[in-house]
Amino acid sequence: MAKPQDFNTHVTPTWCPGCGNFGLWQGFKESLSELGLEPHQIAMVFDIGCCGNGVNWHNLYGFHSLHGRTVPVAEAIKMANHNLKVIAASGDGGGYGEGGNHFLHGCRMNFDITLLIHNNQIYGLTTGQASPTTDTGMETKTTPSGQLEQPFHPLQVAIPQGASFVARTFAGDIKHCKEIFKQAIEHKGFSLVDVLQPCITWNKVNTFQWYKERIYKLEDENWNTKDKDAALIKAGEWGEKIPIGVLYVGDQSSYESQLPQIKDKSLVEQGVTSGDISEFLEEFK
Amino acid sequence: MPKNSNIFTLKIGGEAGQGQQVAGLTFAKACARGGLYTYDYSEYPSRIRGGLVTYQISVGPEPVYAAYYDVNLMICLSKLSFDHCKNELVSGAVVFYDSDKFKIEQSELPKDKNIKLYPLPLATIVKEATLKPITTNSIAIGAVAAMLDFNIELLNSMMRDIFASKGKEVIDMNIKAIKTGFDYATQNSNPKEFKYDLKTKPEKSAKGGPASGGKDKVVITANEAVVLGSIAAGCKFMSAYPMTPASSILHYAAKWAERSGMIVKQPEDEISAIHMAIGAGYAGVRSMTCTSGGGFALMAEGVALAALTETPVVIAESQRPGPATGLPTWGGQEDLRFIANVGHGDFIRIVLAPGDAKEAMFLTPWAFNLAEKYQVPVVILLDKFISEGHESVDELVTTNVKIDRGKILTQEQLDKIKDYKRYELTADGISSRAFPGMKGGVHIANSDEHDEHGFTIEAFDAEMRIKQQDRRYKKLPSIIKELPKPRFYGSKSAKTTLIGWGSVKGAVLEAMKALPADKFNFIHFTAVAPIDAEEVKKLIKGSKKLWLIESNKTGQFGDLLKENLNIEFDNKILKYTGIPFFPEELIEKLK
Repeated sequence: MAKPQDFNTHVTPTWCPGCGNFGLWQGFKESLSELGLEPHQIAMVFDIGCCGNGVNWHNLYGFHSLHGRTVPVAEAIKMANHNLKVIAASGDGGGYGEGGNHFLHGCRMNFDITLLIHNNQIYGLTTGQASPTTDTGMETKTTPSGQLEQPFHPLQVAIPQGASFVARTFAGDIKHCKEIFKQAIEHKGFSLVDVLQPCITWNKVNTFQWYKERIYKLEDENWNTKDKDAALIKAGEWGEKIPIGVLYVGDQSSYESQLPQIKDKSLVEQGVTSGDISEFLEEFK
Repeated sequence: MPKNSNIFTLKIGGEAGQGQQVAGLTFAKACARGGLYTYDYSEYPSRIRGGLVTYQISVGPEPVYAAYYDVNLMICLSKLSFDHCKNELVSGAVVFYDSDKFKIEQSELPKDKNIKLYPLPLATIVKEATLKPITTNSIAIGAVAAMLDFNIELLNSMMRDIFASKGKEVIDMNIKAIKTGFDYATQNSNPKEFKYDLKTKPEKSAKGGPASGGKDKVVITANEAVVLGSIAAGCKFMSAYPMTPASSILHYAAKWAERSGMIVKQPEDEISAIHMAIGAGYAGVRSMTCTSGGGFALMAEGVALAALTETPVVIAESQRPGPATGLPTWGGQEDLRFIANVGHGDFIRIVLAPGDAKEAMFLTPWAFNLAEKYQVPVVILLDKFISEGHESVDELVTTNVKIDRGKILTQEQLDKIKDYKRYELTADGISSRAFPGMKGGVHIANSDEHDEHGFTIEAFDAEMRIKQQDRRYKKLPSIIKELPKPRFYGSKSAKTTLIGWGSVKGAVLEAMKALPADKFNFIHFTAVAPIDAEEVKKLIKGSKKLWLIESNKTGQFGDLLKENLNIEFDNKILKYTGIPFFPEELIEKLK
């Protein structure tokens, strides 16, 4: 069985020392290990940015996509080979901004993929510009007088939009990350995990300390993950108190599980052979 | 315009939603069943109801490669269609018009052409024959058959097939409508005076009864042929967003998906479409997308992603005139330079441009083989004229589609490799693929420049950057060798060599039929990028004068050739009206 460290490559992470990504990464590797997965059984699509650079130190089938383009690539991998565990990883810029349309529709298509968002409320690798989740009033390089916009609330969008697993965790709590990731990967449908992940270099407001003072765990409150309406309200809680944990789990069928083309075998297992077109030609006679 | 006497052209004009395209296609298939050849062309606006929609079909005893401009018989279902098309009517032409809806005065006819005008009061005919209004198109087609002494049983056989699922009552009603239209035209016009007839074969079936028509031909568009070609090529995945004139590729693939085993997905936008196709290709299946120019603009970044990750993908692009929304339901060849240079950075773009449905059928598997063997994006470049124009062809060859996936490792082979390198520096530039799920094949498919394993490099490792970029370009000579060769038509000794690509082929071949062999010959390109410069040099060696023909403003392919070969053209025939070249106008220009 693969151990967490088996998912490392020889490459040393280039993240800043103390980056929230380290906790997230550790929790992620432990979740894969505890689920009994081997590196070759996972296809993981990475965005561009600090999260995306992680492709180099994840020992699994990594696809380093373009900015904002993780979800469609992951969805198609799942359609082509549903035996794989398919994961997409992105920052808040790629996931909610550049890839916003894919996120919106990925929720309602409900493929059995897991979307991990490294949400630090700022652009990291491009050196500190406002992101879709930057809080109103925050000063960044591109909003020197303070952000004028309202922040994007990913969980509050995902629930009514049809995502069947919606959760949030915190990179400062490795064990919590691991537990949430395990459930997300095991869930048969579109799983969103919004990971609060402090950027220690560019975001001096939403720090580890800031989050620690605000977060509380839904599982400590016996939260009912089946109550969609309550989940939608809970998903909007932000500010003095921030809930983490699994907010909502739906039971709608995943997209690919409804495809008759892959009922018996995945497309990849079917191989490439010339299809017979004679029956279709009849339509043109 | 001069006319080719072996060709008969019918035009049906009316409003959007009146079904003239369906009626026309029914007639086309009936002609094909009777052993005749057809080519059709339809004009329609970007609206669902009203406006002006025309359908024209040219028919002949020999293969017809393009629709003709000159109209011999016209059915006008709206006044606007008459006003718009009356100058296309040739001497001796006949016009039927729906006299229950509008009037055409004799004085409105073009002068000195001896055109005959006959009312066809469709609502009255429907009422008197106790038919239903939905059968008016069948009545009109019946009238056409009367004028042409056309074997009505061929039309009846079409009705039996088209309405097979609707039951006997609907079939019988439409067969009755055809007969009603036939009889009405026979009694109220003068078919004997009309100088065209369409003699079909077989006259009778083997048993001596009425002929039901042979089914040795297909009436098909290039879009439909691309779908058939993709199934024959083993393509199992299509993701595409609708856009005229590419949409019917998506429609047919979706319609047949459960029977062909192809997964067909309409995603949220074209950006998603190309990335899905890339994702499926990466996972190990043959995949494609389709779009028109505007959608392809959105796909540009994805093409570059396929290039650097070396993921095979096939993109069918059916052109319409631009820029921007342009002329959405019309045609042209305006995207070539864009496509031949699409995406940022240096990489090989392969562009194949079939000239008709038959070429689309065999170039599609070719595109898949090139994409997989060389791990590159390949574009099949079409346009509205062939994407929507139906051509009757002797049955398409469907067997012996050779599948070549190139260097793909089996699990057994992979087990023997100690240190698998996805982007290995090889002599021919091609590295072996392993797919996710395979043991021992873990690697990074990386959109960053990378080393042999796929790990990101920076330009601190400039040596590896050069090696990888040079490796990818090592594929180019082999690719050029495997591209379909330009085809030479006509006599070597002709005074002028005409050079064209894609859909201009049909009108040029028709014009060649009408002109003496020493006037001009024709080189038709189906591989428009990369250019095989040596092959072109060989082909034009004996040419005295070079003329270029394209459906765009600037002569885009001519410029590409000039870039590669430094040749000048003596003349350029360029049309960018959104309407195809008609054989007659080429005959005028080339005679």
